Amino acid sequence: MHGATVLRVCRAVLGPSDADDAWSETFLSAMKAYPGLPGDANVEAWLVTVAHRKAIDVTRAAARRPVPVAETPDTVTAPAANGRDLDLDADLVEAFAALPAKQKQSVAYHYLAGLPYTDVAAILGGSTDAARRAAADGIATLRRTYPGVTSPEGEPR
Amino acid sequence: MITGDVTHDLARAFPDSPDHLRVLHDRLAAAASRDGVLDVAYRTLDTPVGTLLLAATEQGLVRVAYVAENHDTVLQTLADRISPRVLNAPARLDTVATELDEYFAGRRRSFDVPLDWRLSAGFRRTVLNHLAADVGYGHTASYAKVAQLAGNPKAVRAVGTACATNPLPVVVPCHRVVRTDGGIGGYLGGVEAKRTLLTLEAAA
Repeated sequence: MHGATVLRVCRAVLGPSDADDAWSETFLSAMKAYPGLPGDANVEAWLVTVAHRKAIDVTRAAARRPVPVAETPDTVTAPAANGRDLDLDADLVEAFAALPAKQKQSVAYHYLAGLPYTDVAAILGGSTDAARRAAADGIATLRRTYPGVTSPEGEPR
Repeated sequence: MITGDVTHDLARAFPDSPDHLRVLHDRLAAAASRDGVLDVAYRTLDTPVGTLLLAATEQGLVRVAYVAENHDTVLQTLADRISPRVLNAPARLDTVATELDEYFAGRRRSFDVPLDWRLSAGFRRTVLNHLAADVGYGHTASYAKVAQLAGNPKAVRAVGTACATNPLPVVVPCHRVVRTDGGIGGYLGGVEAKRTLLTLEAAA
């Protein structure tokens, strides 16, 4: 199972509350489709492809429904080692959420899922160069907007 | 590299939280079962003869495996022979787990869960069927006697093979088959496990 990778990707692309639905639907439809998968298929790339489609579905569905008052109670947010880390992580999550969709997806599929840009391009449509550029732009923006690890008073983390 | 620490921080900011994954996994197992795409559900159970792997299809219990058989190998074999749609999903195995607990506590003498015999065929399956039906709790039978029960008195060695490849040990009691000379004979879970089971049944 590649549950961990897909969860990271869903959290990055959708945020924590919708990530669970996308994760569940990804694996459920993967189980339904599995017998038809070629034996030499790259399962992780294929799962990220399914997750990508599910994320789009979830985003569209979310756009149609009113904003919920409270999140589902069993949504677990990331534990952090201390308050400072938590703040930095929250900043990064915020900066990441502000990226355009293509950049978000390119960064998530390449840096979180570890897929090569050829696979990222196949998922997103468009050229390998475009996927690489989108990821680079995304990372550059994050570097600008997110305080990052090298804050002056920061000790190595 | 353009990246460096941002990549590392991304992995921290979007964690794979094992506890939360477990919750999601359980939900997936329930949904897969509901939608009929959970072909093999499994769980493990701690017992006096070590941790047993229990696996069931929708038809019934299909595999009980000792640690000595290597659980990972067994799960891979189930994926290859039955379906790759295998999930750790204890709910389907609740009844058999309870019955095994009762058995090991000396409070149960037979199992009444449905069995899926698909991993056993031909004469081996005949042998195991007779074992399940004809050699009761607390009794033993020799390999020769079981060969006779299975309708082929000369197939003593084949009875040994049937026991050694029993996909449902403990529940289908191949541990009750012993040597004609009184020796305990071999066992797929190890001779020590066989002795434990026979001692348990003799005491109850």
